[in-house]
Amino acid sequence: MGFFDQFRKQNKETANVAKDRLQIIVAHARAEREQPDYLPKMQHEIMQVIRKYVDVSQDKVKVQVDKNEDCSVLELNIVLDK
Amino acid sequence: MGKTTSSAAIGTGLALRGHKTVIIDFDIGLRNLDLIMGCERRVVYDFVNVIREEANLNQALIKDKRTENLFILPASQTRDKDALTYEGVEHILEELKKDFEFIVCDSPAGIETGAVMAMYFADEAIVTTNPEVSSVRDSDRILGILQSKSRAAEEGRTIKEHLLLTRYCPTRVENGEMLSVQDVEDILAVPLLGVIPESQAVLKASNTGVPVILDEESIAGQAYLDAVGRLIGDDIPHRFLSVEKKKGFFKRLVGAN
Repeated sequence: MGFFDQFRKQNKETANVAKDRLQIIVAHARAEREQPDYLPKMQHEIMQVIRKYVDVSQDKVKVQVDKNEDCSVLELNIVLDK
Repeated sequence: MGKTTSSAAIGTGLALRGHKTVIIDFDIGLRNLDLIMGCERRVVYDFVNVIREEANLNQALIKDKRTENLFILPASQTRDKDALTYEGVEHILEELKKDFEFIVCDSPAGIETGAVMAMYFADEAIVTTNPEVSSVRDSDRILGILQSKSRAAEEGRTIKEHLLLTRYCPTRVENGEMLSVQDVEDILAVPLLGVIPESQAVLKASNTGVPVILDEESIAGQAYLDAVGRLIGDDIPHRFLSVEKKKGFFKRLVGAN
């Protein structure tokens, strides 16, 4: 490969970028697919309860289900302002 | 991403191997399988006519003129989105099962009725993908639907999934410009049925209405023949994955390799 080809190649090697982006987005989509159907509704209702007491925005609340070998863990993460 | 080209090629390939095969066009409103198969002027009745009992199945089935054992069920050009019903499609598939060894359902793009129907009744699925980000992401969504919303999934069975990578260009992969087979396999985690190299023969085939698999001189045709072999259980190594090395001047001179 020639000297100038090296430069050209660095600019053109975009397949790795594509793969990295895809791996992230696909993992995200799968996690969402595998979550139970009731989760969005439950998340909404939990939000309503929390809002009764504290003023938090939607993006400060994270609800997710992690599957371990023999059980699932419901993780609820709420960031409260000071 | 080459779904109709692939359906036409695979259906024809199965018939060439002696299996009685029918290819159904599920792209209601935008029928194109008839063009790719070169039978567009012989369409009288279609899929929706049969569902609505305006014609019987034998009137709508088009017998392929080139390949023995091969039939085509064209899609309707109707703009009615609800033309396909679960009961109607199921009834036609049950009728066809009595007569055919393979029913190839050519799914439209997207996740609307036609695609959902084609997927719902499937026993096996060939997910056709280009080595391109949007295509791979769509394929992952389609796999999600197959795994959760199909009849097989509802009955606790699993659909046998296959990955078919089309428009593959080994030169661009080697230059790092295109996702490799390995990349796509890593991301989608579905067994590889075949890799169809980018080839001018595909356009030539659609121009003339002859499925590319009948163009045995072309690498795309050969790659489809291999894929059909694998589909019915043959153990065939993958080809056309790397750049064909042209013989250099010196090597040609000495006649090495």
